[in-house]
Amino acid sequence: MQVHQRMLDPTTNGLHSGETPLLRTIGLTKRYGDFLANDSIDIDIWPKEIHALLGENGAGKSTLVKAIYGLIQPSAGEILWKGQPVALSGPSEARSRGIGMVFQHFSLFDNLTVAENVALGLDGRESFKDMSARLEQVSKTYGLPLDPKREVWQLSVGERQRIEIVRALMQDPQFLILDEPTAVLTPQEADQLFIVLERLKAEGRAILYISHKLEEVKRLCDTATILRGGKKVETCNPRLETAASLARMMVGGEIKEVKAAAGRQTTVPRLVVNDLSLAPSEAHGVRLEHISFELKGGEILGIAGVAGNGQDELFAALSGERLSKDPGTIVIEGLAAGHLSITQRRKLGAAFVPEERLGHGTAPRMKLSENALLTGHAASGMVHHGFIDTAATLKTVDRATETFDVRKAKRDPEAASLSGGNLQKFIVGREILRNPAVLVVSQPTWGVDAGAAAVIRQALLDLATAGAAVLVTSQDLDELAEIADRIAVMFHGHLSAPLATKEATREKLGLLMGGSSLEPKEAAHAVGA
Amino acid sequence: MQLVLEKRAERSNTIALISPLIAIGLTIVTMVILFAILGKNPLLALHAYFIAPLTDGYSLQEIAVKATPLVMIAIGLSLCYLANAWNIGAEGQFLIGAVAGSWVAVKTQGTDAGAWVLPVMLVLAAVAGALYALIPAICKVKFGASEILTSLMLVYVADLFLDYLVRGPWRDPHGFNFPTTAEFDPVATVPLLIEGGRLHLGSIIALLVVAAVAILLGRTIKGFEIRVVGAAPRAARFGGFNSNQLIILTFAVSGALAGLAGIIEVAGPVGHLQPGISPGYGFTAIIVAFLGRLNPLGILIAGLFLALTFIGGEQAQIAMKIPLDVTKVFQGILLFYVLACDSLILYRFKLVFPNRQVARGTG
Repeated sequence: MQVHQRMLDPTTNGLHSGETPLLRTIGLTKRYGDFLANDSIDIDIWPKEIHALLGENGAGKSTLVKAIYGLIQPSAGEILWKGQPVALSGPSEARSRGIGMVFQHFSLFDNLTVAENVALGLDGRESFKDMSARLEQVSKTYGLPLDPKREVWQLSVGERQRIEIVRALMQDPQFLILDEPTAVLTPQEADQLFIVLERLKAEGRAILYISHKLEEVKRLCDTATILRGGKKVETCNPRLETAASLARMMVGGEIKEVKAAAGRQTTVPRLVVNDLSLAPSEAHGVRLEHISFELKGGEILGIAGVAGNGQDELFAALSGERLSKDPGTIVIEGLAAGHLSITQRRKLGAAFVPEERLGHGTAPRMKLSENALLTGHAASGMVHHGFIDTAATLKTVDRATETFDVRKAKRDPEAASLSGGNLQKFIVGREILRNPAVLVVSQPTWGVDAGAAAVIRQALLDLATAGAAVLVTSQDLDELAEIADRIAVMFHGHLSAPLATKEATREKLGLLMGGSSLEPKEAAHAVGA
Repeated sequence: MQLVLEKRAERSNTIALISPLIAIGLTIVTMVILFAILGKNPLLALHAYFIAPLTDGYSLQEIAVKATPLVMIAIGLSLCYLANAWNIGAEGQFLIGAVAGSWVAVKTQGTDAGAWVLPVMLVLAAVAGALYALIPAICKVKFGASEILTSLMLVYVADLFLDYLVRGPWRDPHGFNFPTTAEFDPVATVPLLIEGGRLHLGSIIALLVVAAVAILLGRTIKGFEIRVVGAAPRAARFGGFNSNQLIILTFAVSGALAGLAGIIEVAGPVGHLQPGISPGYGFTAIIVAFLGRLNPLGILIAGLFLALTFIGGEQAQIAMKIPLDVTKVFQGILLFYVLACDSLILYRFKLVFPNRQVARGTG
């Protein structure tokens, strides 16, 4: 079938025949207990190539790059660097051989300057002054502007990523690994990053680019290797594939499409936020500044924005984990609730799904029935005169399991034993089964497999159709475009006026995410930049 | 080949049950070595420690008497530890409870006060223990002071306060200058269960406490709150539970139980207030709490076991001249192994064989 076509594809083997790849893995296997995180993976990385590594969460992408970067030792198989077998003792050996890596989660010290952070990541053979000069030179050459004297906590996420990239480039790597670099960037920042990557490629370097954003991969990458369940599924030219065909290879089947019910009616305002301002509770936190919006029943409002712009603080203020002095700043079902605890807000009909599944949304080492009780004790008939109705908590588990297809090994396992997607389905299900009037949900499908993500998005749409007001915070613009009626953007603790989803183009949202306003003059300026 | 600790997907309930037994086994092996180094016959020593006390009725009663304060204190401590509140000062709360209850006994001495004396002593001791425990709890909640340090330091305050009372204002004028109060009146004494025996009403109270806390933890929302706050603080806050309130509550309850244990010990087996009423019950109860897996039934069993070591230690001292301090060494080693074995609940040992290199051409 299609396999033949791919085997003949010039970019994978034909073009490079006779040369040695920069990096090659043969039968690379990593075993954790009985679990094969990587199962005999063969991958070739050539110079002057941007190679995408695609796969769902848990497909083995991180394990593979950690092995290549020397962070973990493979259980079996070989890594060849320029044709020679190598056993990397650790990341410093990988770096000295010319392999660099930019992690998704930055390792930066907030209270140190840019230059100090870079110095800490280098071998320290040159003086701080020479290093600073080189830092400025590298950042200028590649169009990655950085002020070496600024302290990291003052910088945006995009700027922090630049530090990581510059730090990696200062070691002049021939091979650079980037782990989901655009997850934290605005569309415009992502475009700028792509220019840098193209340039690195033109210089003859190889890049391994981990992502699950398929359009991006089609645009940027020359080759794509798809992993699924720890195995390599395919190596192909992403430009010859469609986003749908790539997704099929990642998931191993069709993904259910999420459908909104036609003619959804909006009703009365069920969640109103009036001029909410709140000082941060911790150092370097974000101050919420005059946030106002109104959310009607039957409506889904999306909140976009780069992480760390006040989304966590807004969630805490809306849920009641942090209280506001002025009761009128948050109105739930027509009642001033700013001063009410999370339990009292739940009694008013609000429900909440936080971003962190383990440790915030659930107690990891407690059973699902106990985790049903965690948020259900207030208003779900699970407690009578202070005594727990165990049958009622188990019933919630069973109903969530059935309604949202939660897969688990036994009836009532510990939360931590479920996969991310199944646990998220349980958490969302637990809240939706309470028939909330208002649902506030943060990053509903973060790190969740495509099948579970579709189930969750459909559940949110159905809840809105049933008349609830739903507030979704997400960094995934595609997700918001799929389910939200209106989208607002958070930046530095401010919330923009919501745009109707139809009008919220990537460009407009990107500008708002970068802190520009949509007034004509400034918008024109930003687009020109 | 190499031995590694590997994380389990889910906590092992089997290991959770047998880990205290493994710990006891390892402790006994260590003790055998220790006895051998001391030049004593290990088998005879073990017999004196663990078998001899179980063979006569008097010792059996004595084990229950010793277990009573241990279990009561450990039950209270388990609530604190489940809620991530580290009360190390139960010894002090025990002594303050003993002092507060004794105040009634001393003041009514020789009067015709009626049957109300003992109940008032018990209540007052519990209240005093709770208030004394609230000092570190409030310092923790209001000022962020480490409750581990403050509760521990207050032990010495209580100890010296008791010492002052029995050497000064409360000293028995007919007591040949010994630092002790007069023997309590019968109305101020905890009644015996068996005439002429040692077993007293306090053991029944301890059993009631075990049952009540078992219900609290297993069946009520308050018990759930205590467990969640300790196991996942952020999830607990998301659940609407206030950890500061629970620190106050668990400290107060554990202080009350320790205070109650204190007065029961003084008004029961001891019969008067004097220094040294506790051979370190408040500290040994920490071991009991962990050995019993912070579970009420487990604590009951662990309390009886630790009481056995106290009695066995005395017998070993008499029969084999093994120093009484060896009992404390034993208890310390036991706590060490209990905590070490706990890691097996979440982890397991695994033998890992060296990498098999795949022999393939390099192309």
